[in-house]
Amino acid sequence: MSGTFVGMPAFPTAAREALGDTQLRRNLAHATHVIRDKRAKVVAEVEDWEELRLAGAGVKEAALRDLATHLETLEASLVRAGATVHWARDAEEACAIVAQVTKAHGVDEVVKVKSMATAEIGLNEALEAEGIAAWETDLAELIVQLGDDLPSHILVPAIHRNRAEIREIFLRRMGDVGRPAPVDLTDEPAVLAAAARAHLREKFLRAKVAVSGANFAVAETGTLVVVESEGNGRMCLTLPEVLISVVGIEKVVATWADLDPLLRLLPRSSTGERMNPYTSTWSGVTPGDGPQEVHVVLLDNGRTRALADDVGRQALRCIRCSACLNVCPVYERVGGHAYGSVYPGPIGAILNPLLHGVSDEQTASLPYASSLCGACFEVCPVRIDIPSVLVDQRAAVVDSHRGDRVPKAEAVAMKAAAWAFSDSRRLAWAEKASGLGGRLLRRFGRTTLPGGRAAAGRLPGPAAGWTGARDLPAPPEESFRDWWDRTDGGRDGGAR
Amino acid sequence: MSARDDILRGVRQALAGVSPAVEVPAAPRVPDRGDLVALFVERVEDYRAVVTRCAPDEVDQVVRDVLGSARAVVPPDLGLDLPGAVVDDVFTATELDAYDAVVTRAAVGIAETGTVVLDHQPDQGRRAITLVPDLHVCVVDGGQVVADVPDAIALLDPARPLTWISGPSATSDIELDRVEGVHGPRTLHVVLVG
Repeated sequence: MSGTFVGMPAFPTAAREALGDTQLRRNLAHATHVIRDKRAKVVAEVEDWEELRLAGAGVKEAALRDLATHLETLEASLVRAGATVHWARDAEEACAIVAQVTKAHGVDEVVKVKSMATAEIGLNEALEAEGIAAWETDLAELIVQLGDDLPSHILVPAIHRNRAEIREIFLRRMGDVGRPAPVDLTDEPAVLAAAARAHLREKFLRAKVAVSGANFAVAETGTLVVVESEGNGRMCLTLPEVLISVVGIEKVVATWADLDPLLRLLPRSSTGERMNPYTSTWSGVTPGDGPQEVHVVLLDNGRTRALADDVGRQALRCIRCSACLNVCPVYERVGGHAYGSVYPGPIGAILNPLLHGVSDEQTASLPYASSLCGACFEVCPVRIDIPSVLVDQRAAVVDSHRGDRVPKAEAVAMKAAAWAFSDSRRLAWAEKASGLGGRLLRRFGRTTLPGGRAAAGRLPGPAAGWTGARDLPAPPEESFRDWWDRTDGGRDGGAR
Repeated sequence: MSARDDILRGVRQALAGVSPAVEVPAAPRVPDRGDLVALFVERVEDYRAVVTRCAPDEVDQVVRDVLGSARAVVPPDLGLDLPGAVVDDVFTATELDAYDAVVTRAAVGIAETGTVVLDHQPDQGRRAITLVPDLHVCVVDGGQVVADVPDAIALLDPARPLTWISGPSATSDIELDRVEGVHGPRTLHVVLVG
C-alpha cells in the first residue's frame, strides 16, 4: 500500500482484495464492535437523544440553506478578530495558500492537527513537493504517516493496524524522522503512546507554523472549534507563532449557541464518550496568548456542487463522527481502503460522488457499496438519510451512462423489460416463456427452496453474478392473466 | 473573478430556489439530576481524573499536598499561597517543559459531562501553561458547576480562547484501547471547593 488513493481500483475489485486479508478483517471486527458498544452505552444515557438529533440536524441544515450569508458574516468576524481569511476553490489553491504562508516565515516544516479537510486536499504531499515537511501529530495519523500507509477510518485512521504492527512501524521508522523509539519498546498501547509523546514533543516545542482544520466555525463570532483527545491539537493550536486552519465551507454554524446540540452529539457518536478530553475554541488572535498570526482558508473543493443537489445536500451536515462506518456491515468487512478516499464507509459512499461527480469508474462504484440496510441513518447524529442519498446517487450513475455508445448490460435488460411491459401481447408471450421455464425447472431442476418450491441453482453466463450466491425461485407455470382467463376471475372455482 | 466571489456566487447559484427558512427545534434540556456538584465529581472521576473535595479554608493546604515537591508554574492571579511556585512570566514552550505541574482556577464546570472549562483569565493563565506540564491541578468552586453544555455555552465568552477539559489527555488509537496521557497533562487533579 503506498501513500496515495490516486489510481485505486473500483470498489468491487478493491473490496475483494481486502476481504482476502484475514488480519485486516480481525482488526476491523474487533475495533468496530468495541466502539459501537461504547457509543450505544453513552447514547442510551441521554433521555432525549432523538430530540437532540433533530436539533443538531436543524442547526446544520439552517446554516447550509443560507450559506452565502453565513460565510460573509464569518469572514467579517474573523477579520475583526485579527485573522487573515483566504478562499480556495479547490485542493490545488488551498495547498498553494498553505505553502505560501509557510514559506513566508522561512520554515521548512509544519506540525499538523488531524484534519479531514487537509487529508482530502492531499496537503502533506503538496507541501512535500515544495520542500516542506508536514508532521502529523495525532497518534493514528502518525502511525499511518510513518507506515507510508493510507487512512482507513475517519476517527481512527490506523484502525486496520494492530499493536504488534504499530510497534514494528515505530521501531523501524521513528529514527528516520526524529527521535527514535526506545529499543526496548513493547506492544503495550500505553508504552506505544509514550513513545509517540517523546517523539513528537521536540517537534511541538520547536514548531513555528501549525496547520489545523476545524470541526465547526461560528459565523457571528468568528470562532473556530477543534475537538480532540490527545492534546496534540492543543499543542498545535497554542504553541506555534503561526496557525493556518483549512476549513470546509460547510463547517459554518450561525451562532455561538448553535454549538450546543453539536458538542453534545459529536463525542457520544464518535468516541463513545460523554465529552472528548479536549475541545479548543479560538476567535482570531488573542494578544499574548497563542499564535499571533492566524490564517483561515475557506475551502470549496466540490462543496458547492454537493450543495446544489437537492437530495444530496444533507450530506454536508456531516460532522465527521464516523458512527456510520462503525455500524456498516460493508465497512466492517472490507475496511476503509477499498473506498479509495479519505472519506470511507457510508458517508464516503455518498460524499465522494457528491463532491466530485460520478464520471470516473471508481467514484461511480461507491453508491453501490451498500446493502441499504439503513443502520447508518439510524446512528447519524445529524440525521443524514444516507440510504436515500445512495439510491439517488445510483440514479445519477445510471443517468451518466445514458449517452454511452455501447450500453451496459443492465441498460439493455431494462430496455427489453420496458419493451415487453409496454404491450399486452408481448407481455403474454413473455409470461408464457417464463411459465415454460418454470415447468422445465420443476422437472429437471435439482435445487428446492425451503417449503418445497423449485429453484434455479447456479446459472451460467451473465446470470452467474446473481445466482452464484442466491437461489432463483422457479417462475409459476401459470400467469395471473392466464388464471383469470381460465377461471373467469375465480368464479369457476379457480382450482386447476 | 476572485476565488471568494467565485465560491460565494457558486453557493448562491446552488441554493437558487431553496428557501433559507428552516425550523430548528430547540435542543432538549437534561432532566433535573439533583446534586450537581456530586454528579460533577462522579463524572470527572469517570475519566480517571483525581478529585479532592475540600472547604474554602483548606484549599491552599490541599493544593500544597497535591504538589508535594513538584516544580509548579502558576498564573498571575491564582490567589493561593504556594511556596516555591513560579508565576508564569511568558515562558517559552521549552521553558515550560521544565515544570512538572501547573495550578489554575477554572471558568465553569459541567456536571453532565464532567468537564472543566478554562477561559484563560489571569487566574487561569495563558493556554500554554496548562498544556506543557504533566500535572494539572485545577481548583473549581462548587458554585461554578452548571448542569449541562448549553448552560456553559451561555456563560462563556467566545471572544476569549476556551479550553474544555474532560479528564487527562487520552487516546484510543491503538486497537480502541483507551490510554490516559498522551501529549497534554497525563494527570488531571480537580480540587473542588465547597
